[in-house]
Amino acid sequence: MAVTEKAMHATNGHTSPPASKPADGYTIIGSRPVRPDGVDKVTGRAIYGADVRLQGLLYGKVLRSPHAHARILSIDTSKAEALPGVKAVVTGADLPTAADKVEDLGESAINLKYLSANILAHDKALYHGHAIAAVAAVDSHTAEEAIGFIEVKYEVLPPVMTVDDAMADNAPILLDGLRTDEMGEMGSKPTNLAKHFRHQQGDLAAGFAAAEVVVERTFRTETVHQGYIEPHTGTAQYNTDGQVTIWASTQGTFAVRNQTSEILRIPVSQIKVIPTEIGGGFGGKINVYLEPVAVLLSKKAGGKPVKLVMSRTEVLQATGPTSGSNIRIKIGADANGKITAAHAELYYEAGAFPGSPVGAAANVVLAPYAIDNLQVDGYDIVVNRPRSAAYRAPGGTNAAYATESVLNEIAEKLGIDQAHIRLINGAKQGDRRPDGVQHTEPIGLLETVQAIAESDHYNTPLTGKYQGRGIACGYWNNWGGKSSATAVLNADGTVSLNEASTDIGGSRASIAMQFAEAVGIGYEQVKPRVGDTDSVAYNDVTGGSRTTFSTGMAAHNMGVEMLSQMKERLADVWEVDAVEYADGEFSGGDNHISFQEAAALIYKTGEPLMVSSTVFPRSFGPGFSTQLADVEVDPETGKVTILRYTIAQDVGRAIHPSYVEGQMQGGVVQGIGWALNEEYIYNEKGQLLNGSLLDYRMPTALDLPMIETILVEVPYPGHPYGVRGVGEVNIVPPAGAIANAVANAIGSRMFELPMSPARVLEAMKE
Amino acid sequence: MQAFDFVSARSVDEVVAALAAGGERARPLSGGTDLLTQLKEGRRAYETVVDLKRIPELMEIRIGTDGLWLGASVPCHLINKNADIQKMYPALHDSTGLIGGTQIQGRASLGGNLCNASPAADGIPNLIVHSVTAHIAGPNGSRTLAVEDFCVAPGRNALQSGEVLVALQFPAPGKNFGAAYLRFIPRNEMDIAVVGAGASVVLSDDGQTIQSARISLGAVAPTPLFVKAAGEALAGQPVSEETLEKAAQIAQEAAKPISDMRGTIAQRKHLSGVLTKRALRIAIDRARGTSTVDSLGRLNGNG
Ligand SMILES: Cc1cc2nc3c(=O)[nH]c(=O)nc-3n(C[C@H](O)[C@H](O)[C@H](O)COP(=O)(O)OP(=O)(O)OC[C@H]3O[C@@H](n4cnc5c(N)ncnc54)[C@H](O)[C@@H]3O)c2cc1C
Repeated sequence: MAVTEKAMHATNGHTSPPASKPADGYTIIGSRPVRPDGVDKVTGRAIYGADVRLQGLLYGKVLRSPHAHARILSIDTSKAEALPGVKAVVTGADLPTAADKVEDLGESAINLKYLSANILAHDKALYHGHAIAAVAAVDSHTAEEAIGFIEVKYEVLPPVMTVDDAMADNAPILLDGLRTDEMGEMGSKPTNLAKHFRHQQGDLAAGFAAAEVVVERTFRTETVHQGYIEPHTGTAQYNTDGQVTIWASTQGTFAVRNQTSEILRIPVSQIKVIPTEIGGGFGGKINVYLEPVAVLLSKKAGGKPVKLVMSRTEVLQATGPTSGSNIRIKIGADANGKITAAHAELYYEAGAFPGSPVGAAANVVLAPYAIDNLQVDGYDIVVNRPRSAAYRAPGGTNAAYATESVLNEIAEKLGIDQAHIRLINGAKQGDRRPDGVQHTEPIGLLETVQAIAESDHYNTPLTGKYQGRGIACGYWNNWGGKSSATAVLNADGTVSLNEASTDIGGSRASIAMQFAEAVGIGYEQVKPRVGDTDSVAYNDVTGGSRTTFSTGMAAHNMGVEMLSQMKERLADVWEVDAVEYADGEFSGGDNHISFQEAAALIYKTGEPLMVSSTVFPRSFGPGFSTQLADVEVDPETGKVTILRYTIAQDVGRAIHPSYVEGQMQGGVVQGIGWALNEEYIYNEKGQLLNGSLLDYRMPTALDLPMIETILVEVPYPGHPYGVRGVGEVNIVPPAGAIANAVANAIGSRMFELPMSPARVLEAMKE
Repeated sequence: MQAFDFVSARSVDEVVAALAAGGERARPLSGGTDLLTQLKEGRRAYETVVDLKRIPELMEIRIGTDGLWLGASVPCHLINKNADIQKMYPALHDSTGLIGGTQIQGRASLGGNLCNASPAADGIPNLIVHSVTAHIAGPNGSRTLAVEDFCVAPGRNALQSGEVLVALQFPAPGKNFGAAYLRFIPRNEMDIAVVGAGASVVLSDDGQTIQSARISLGAVAPTPLFVKAAGEALAGQPVSEETLEKAAQIAQEAAKPISDMRGTIAQRKHLSGVLTKRALRIAIDRARGTSTVDSLGRLNGNG
């Protein structure tokens, strides 16, 4: 039986922080303690990737292709090697031949052959900024000068920049060996279309025939970047005994180890990856770019450690981004607003190598709604842009933007309120996702729509002529994945918790909280730390909204286990049958001692106490979010101002509500950037023009209202505390909500992202 | 970035000597917020950089009956927080408050903004509408130049080899004077102007008639544009939306923008008119001491 519990409160900039009070029935969970990494971060003491300093460190620099599409005829590195201070130069020729095999990285998967060609181009440069060669030198200035001395001869080829270019007859081919996977059958001709797949349910034609209204629209979205603050870095030392150490700012140390191992053909046992603090990832710090190159350089430089750090321009040119897309959506509904059929066609730009997030997009695109008759076609297409990487609910934002826009058009045609049409069609437990996966457990979509419909925001009327309001819903699958951790009971009654999920959003705190709750001790008594790849068993990436869920589950298991072992040990010492633990006190027979005293006693009377847990939850709770945007459009400039924004999200159980709210607000902010101004701008040669944060326009603090959050808690029964992943679904609805608000404000609908001022102005003229 | 010699000059003569000796390979430095980024990005390379910030004349703010003497290297924040300047030269206050953020304003000077000669510089249109004269020192002595003639091409100014900009001289504003600078950017911070517009007016004592006006546009031509005809068309006209619309039309026609990633020709021409009108409204409000428009120059929060 589903228990729906709504913990609602809106935060805004003018009230003091919410009280740190645990949720009902808990002593820790639901409170808001200070994060263990907080002091180091606010004092600047925290060590990030670029802060790594080692004895004898060399500084590397990567030479990148000025061309979007070119055959590499020759590379002459002799002049660079001759420059005093240069210790090593590497090119793609230094890479071993990689296996033609797909590696699953959790949030994304890639063929290792392509991964290898992405970190140092093999025979072709496939995008502006593609790495061609790299240098290690005594200082960064020398390295920079040296790459200027590398002579590369290119045969420049015509660039293929969009879905339409790539699919055109006689389009230039990017990858000679690529064949289309056409619904499971491999094609025979060279192509830029890597894959076409389809999900089908019911009878599409009958569904459309039963519709009162049918709306069909085509949308275009541009390439956007994750925009993490910390640029990519990688430092490596190749020891003369063949042992490799890598210092990485990454979402997954084991992912770095595996990829480096596969690309360089070094056994995983010879690679140790040490995580640093990480300044944001959003999916973009799962793939390796620099680490294997740093290893190669270190090896060539006689084992001296080598550090590579990207500039912001390199980050934008060569890492991330997520796919631009063309999306066609056709939805039919009966006179009551019930959807009778839907067909979605998703054409996603993978960048230079196959592997766009179109697969995930195909699940997101219609997922919030219960639709009997549907078809989803997904197309994965290579173009001369950087290889797409995972980005927060990969593929979801573009897909939902299209669906939510069309749904509002249908609501307008039928005269149905935009919240109401979502209540009419919203998916419930028992309904199926487009790919047929059934929601067997409770889901919270309708609760989030209801929360928005009842919010102060929705019930406050707009006041201006050029103001508009839009709603959109979103879905994200979330993930379980593998986690490992150990916990050591210290003699002073504290616990050292060693885990390997790199902490991007406060997960050390939320994992320590789950452990403390399970044991029944204070949060401050738990000392969490993120260890290297030699310190715990395999651990999947911090991604897929899985860390608080899975690593938290491991922490819970360890808490239960530690408490039980402590009771047993005390029972032995006290020679009693049973020991109880309540309110911080162990008791058995006439004995009553505190947790701290118990720890000391255990140390004095026997072997040290340590527990561990490894988990791989196969099922996990999906996330849903409904969002509400108010905008105002300046009719003379086309500039859109977000007046007010509210997000309701089913968070399962908010372990640390402040960090959950932070995730919700962060996802919305990124989605606002996606909606209004962020886009990759290329010239006709396929060169990226706006490779800086001056012209790649992410929202600044001055562009945003306080994002109001409503935490809806529909606990997920498969987790001891009801946790669902909360990191991603929040970015799915914003572009759709804002598109609906802008359409409402200007009285005409736009079909392209971003809705930048020039485009809005054009739309208003029509 | 390559190594260079750094000269910390203590007088205008020392600067002129160092620049003349270095020729094309030497360059003056005020706040460095343009120059150092250009050097770091490899867009320019110099062998000698001559710092101007220790020369008293270049760091001076002097307000007298004849107007304002503004040393070329005075940083924006000192200009922006000066209450007399805010009252007398309101457009100067506008632009010094929006060039960069707090850190940049602690360094960035208007002399640097002008000498860098960016078509989109936020400091230059207001210098033009305030009728500023540039005081220049060089190997052959001193000379002056109307600020609208100072920029000659994108990134190129009218200074000859060995010359340095010493100060910007603002005439006394007179009564019933008002001015404003507005720029359009897609976000609310961190962007280079898609279009900028400066406007100044002198009104009749009853505030009903425009006696004279000056209009200037940024980012719509190879150099910041002085739209003389738009100002002239306003002279002797009653203050009304129709009058302003006419000036906006002229400004829009005078704009000769290009399309690039920051804006299209059509958008920039359109915005030239919109911003001219809005800047004029603010300038008129300021001349009259009224507040009929919002901070963006909009009448009712809309157009
Ligand atoms: C983060 C950031 C944000 C910015 N935002 C804005 C903005 O919003 N609007 C805007 O317009 N600009 C902006 N700028 C650009 C820059 O800050 C301004 O143009 C500033 O006014 C330049 O002044 P400066 O004193 O730093 O010039 P400098 O960098 O010292 O000099 C600029 C140029 O002028 C020359 N020069 C300087 N002084 C003299 C002199 N006395 N005589 C002869 N030549 C001289 C220098 O040789 C150089 O070529 C920004 C820059 C940064 C880094």
